[in-house]
Amino acid sequence: MKTETAKQGRETMTKKSTGKNLDLSKEFHQHYAPSLESREIVKIAERYELFIGGRWVKPQTKEYFPTLNPATGEVLSQLARAGAADVDLAVKTARQAYTKVWSKTSGRDRSRYLFRIARLIQERSRELAVLETIDNGKPIKETRDVDLPLVAAHFFYNAGWADKLEYAFPGKKVAPLGVAAQVIPWNFPLLMAAWKIAPALATGNTVVLKAAETTSLTALALAEICAQAGLPDGVVNIITGAGETGAALVNHPDVNKVAFTGSTEVGKIIARAIAPTKKRLTLELGGKSAHMIFADAAIDQAVEGIINGIYFNQGHVCCAGSRLLVEESVADEVVRKLKKRMESIRVGNPLDKNTDIGAINSQGELEKIKKLVAIGKQEEGEFFEPASGTLPSKGYFHKPCFFNRVASSSTLNRVEIFGPVLTITTFRTPEEAISKANDTPYGLAAGIWSEKGSKIHQVASALKAGVVWANTYNKFDPTSPFGGYNESGFGREGGRHGLFPYLEVK
Amino acid sequence: MSGLNGSQLAVPKTIKMYIDGAFVRSESGRSYPVYVKGTKQLYANLCRGSRKDVRAAVTAAQEAQPGWSGRSAYNRGQILYRMAEMTESKRSEFVELMTETMGTTKAAAASSVTRAIDALVYFAGFADKYHQVLGSENPVSSPHYNFTCSEPVGVVGLLGGDTVDFDVWVGQLAAIICSGNTVVALMPELESALLAPLSEVLATSDLPKGVVNLLSGELDELRAVVASHMEIQSLCYMGDDSKVWSELKVLGAENMKRVVAPGRETMGLESISGFLEFKTVWHPIGT
Amino acid sequence: MRDFINIKMPNGSEKPLPLVSVDKVGVTERANFFTTRSIKKDSKLWALYTAISMVDLTTLEGADTDDRVRQMCAKAIHPVSPYLFQEMCRQSGAAVEPIPSVAAVCVYPNRVKTAVAALKGTGIQVASVATGFPAGQVALDIKLQDVKQAVEAGASEIDMVIDRGAFHSGRYQDVFDEIVAIKTACGDAHLKVILETGELGSLEKVRFASDLAIQAGADFIKTSTGKIPSAASLPVTLVMLQAISDHYQATGRKVGMKPAGGIRTAKQAIHYLCMVSEVLGAEWMNPQMFRFGASVLLNDLLRQVYKQITGRYYYTKAFSLD
Repeated sequence: MKTETAKQGRETMTKKSTGKNLDLSKEFHQHYAPSLESREIVKIAERYELFIGGRWVKPQTKEYFPTLNPATGEVLSQLARAGAADVDLAVKTARQAYTKVWSKTSGRDRSRYLFRIARLIQERSRELAVLETIDNGKPIKETRDVDLPLVAAHFFYNAGWADKLEYAFPGKKVAPLGVAAQVIPWNFPLLMAAWKIAPALATGNTVVLKAAETTSLTALALAEICAQAGLPDGVVNIITGAGETGAALVNHPDVNKVAFTGSTEVGKIIARAIAPTKKRLTLELGGKSAHMIFADAAIDQAVEGIINGIYFNQGHVCCAGSRLLVEESVADEVVRKLKKRMESIRVGNPLDKNTDIGAINSQGELEKIKKLVAIGKQEEGEFFEPASGTLPSKGYFHKPCFFNRVASSSTLNRVEIFGPVLTITTFRTPEEAISKANDTPYGLAAGIWSEKGSKIHQVASALKAGVVWANTYNKFDPTSPFGGYNESGFGREGGRHGLFPYLEVK
Repeated sequence: MSGLNGSQLAVPKTIKMYIDGAFVRSESGRSYPVYVKGTKQLYANLCRGSRKDVRAAVTAAQEAQPGWSGRSAYNRGQILYRMAEMTESKRSEFVELMTETMGTTKAAAASSVTRAIDALVYFAGFADKYHQVLGSENPVSSPHYNFTCSEPVGVVGLLGGDTVDFDVWVGQLAAIICSGNTVVALMPELESALLAPLSEVLATSDLPKGVVNLLSGELDELRAVVASHMEIQSLCYMGDDSKVWSELKVLGAENMKRVVAPGRETMGLESISGFLEFKTVWHPIGT
Repeated sequence: MRDFINIKMPNGSEKPLPLVSVDKVGVTERANFFTTRSIKKDSKLWALYTAISMVDLTTLEGADTDDRVRQMCAKAIHPVSPYLFQEMCRQSGAAVEPIPSVAAVCVYPNRVKTAVAALKGTGIQVASVATGFPAGQVALDIKLQDVKQAVEAGASEIDMVIDRGAFHSGRYQDVFDEIVAIKTACGDAHLKVILETGELGSLEKVRFASDLAIQAGADFIKTSTGKIPSAASLPVTLVMLQAISDHYQATGRKVGMKPAGGIRTAKQAIHYLCMVSEVLGAEWMNPQMFRFGASVLLNDLLRQVYKQITGRYYYTKAFSLD
């Protein structure tokens, strides 16, 4: 692959373009020449061990599993499968690091370590962006402009809290919980690691983090960065494996805190499994978030909001605005504009800087999406996908699409698809919009588009959702608490509120 | 109450439950006796609430919730203060009941009622303040105004253990409703006799119907019904039985209930904050 | 509900024009998106050639002379010496088309005759700013006279600027009527309506002014006179493109777009082209529908063409100033 890239580079230099003879005018934007981000900056080892106690430790299972590039299907590397004994070692190591080192490290010093990690992430930002794109399938545009800047920002933000916790809870005494077991998903691999690790360390806990089995490479790179930053051994331990590894971790008797981001199904299993224990729990689970467009909205920007709401990150977003609710009087206009806009979306090689939608993370996810789309086609609703663009022949790809005029009761309006599939339903009054928006067991996020301030505040306050984006969607910031109502989980990540799940407040 | 002692007219009354603002018997028609503590002397009959009574109470709480949380914080505070006043006016009844049925000393009963009144006043004064303490304006780095505010979690199941102090229980109830939650409460066994005056306090304090629903009955049986009810968002467990605690969490996981075990010290922000959700709202800043 | 302003159309009927809401942050985000497009290789060369063919070379100085105009016309026809260009291609072994001519030259009405003569037979349009350019603060009959004179002298395009005073004071009908009158005076000449967006104060006003101008018969809408510091920007242009798109959807009539001022580099120009392509589509990707009012831009486009062909960077002085 490396040699290919170099060759392509040379071709760029010497290729004799034919200038105006080209007829790109047909649809210039559908024919942007490939602009590939170089992979050369990334070095992937043939095999990765577990990061425990500041060292790379071979798994006692002696087992490894492959991790793929979902855009090509190529095997990138082999990852260690941590078994119960490995989990035990990781937790023991984290406990020791907590007792002997980290609980005695001052807030000021913890802060310094986190700042250093943040700086190192910035320093290696391009490399990590490329690695994330290769491992996850999301477009380089997003890893470069969204994931990586946010990863660094989360460490910076939490770094500053480490020596100021007494201001977070005035009049109270706070203490860390101990060892935090953290299990993260594959949709924002490094960002989720940052969301978990940064506040845990700032508040004085040590960590055992299990990365998602299809996307562990950036978490392992983060392990390297922790070591580079001089973080004391054992404060952050990163292990790899599938569901069983995660189960062993959250069920380990010596963890004090469990933080999980993933499906509601697994969230419930964890909640039940640790019910008899005193472990503190935060869950950031699924969603079926409503995105409401009122007739008085800035329609063109709302259409952008819809696009960003559901097609960002291939729709692999827990807070994706997957249920579009449009005021009936503007529904035709919105749908027409949406269709037109979707024709300009570019699906393809995630490493191409002009790719808007990259690869679906795994074959399993792609099959799940396809199955649900097939169900949607059997039920009522008009299916639409753009005519433009062809999907790459290799790898896992899915065109952005939607179902218009879908009944609230339809399968696709109820289940989380976790892919680039939108449903569209109309409403007539704000009351109807609110009741439809809240008509779900989930409660993670919601979007409102209206130019009327009082309406926005009324609707926002009536929504049962932890994040409400008004006249925008899918915005994230380390200062902004994030988390759900109801079956979307509990606890908040980010902001001052994100510290609380990692502290004993007395 | 002296007439209760062996009077020939003693047909022990059935103390009704308080559901949706009405004093009702259990739909099951079942009841069970309460005796004066340490004696075989029948004090009264209590309703043995059923699954259906829980359902009625949850429906009432659910329907009352938007209206109650839609009231101004100031108004909720006023109503809680009114509850304190009504409790004060029934002080002697509470004290008498505690001493006669629960075996509490008069002094202890009096101080328990005082503390309950204190808690009601305390949370009356907290209703319009905790937002300011718990909310935040978040300095995001994009051109957006971003704030986090608290909202009531919804319907809370308040589950007593066997030995909860009256004032702790009332204080926690006040903390839960002061933010706009509504409550389905299973009265602790021992305190169940207090259901009658407590219901009267609730009924005469301008508290909208359905905000607080009080049930009596077999705790073990009803607890599971409440814990697994899908329209309840949170459970507040006042007991200290770790088995019960675990069971509540397992049952509550089905709809991701927030299961909270508050401390004994109710007079604090934590008694409120355990029953809140945090909502973050974004809006662009531009002309 | 949406608000409407009733406009009396030339045929006497009333037409409610919607006051379309625009969210500035959203527009800016979307506009910035186009700056992340990475245009390379063939696409880049095509874009550079296309951009050159879309340039309106302009001289609007008090000190303009006939000779100055003639020199500019020469540059318009051959932005770079065809001989030198051929030599450069030969040396690099590249087989590329000759550099195209620009779309138009834009001069004051007094200089139209000179330009028409200099450009005869080239297909390059002669545009003239009429209507009391740039302030527009003269009486309507003088504006009309201005237009007529320019058209009679051979101008095939007229660039007018709207009455911002009337617009800000809410006299939308006056703004509309004036555009209609000037459009009539133009006859066969194309009318470009300059909104002077830097003076409108908000993107919502930019949108409404665009809608007014389009309804009044503008063939092109244009951002700026180039006479005030705040000129074309991607967000402003995006809002105007959306007005064009909506009108096309509603009526099937295609209105052209001309961002003017502030576009100095090929990179910027390519961002505009990406935006036009992705928002309006292929039918606008030609000089009949899209122009750059940016004289300084031309040399940077040339520089980038050379770079694409030779692989080397060129400095400004590789090309004549005008």
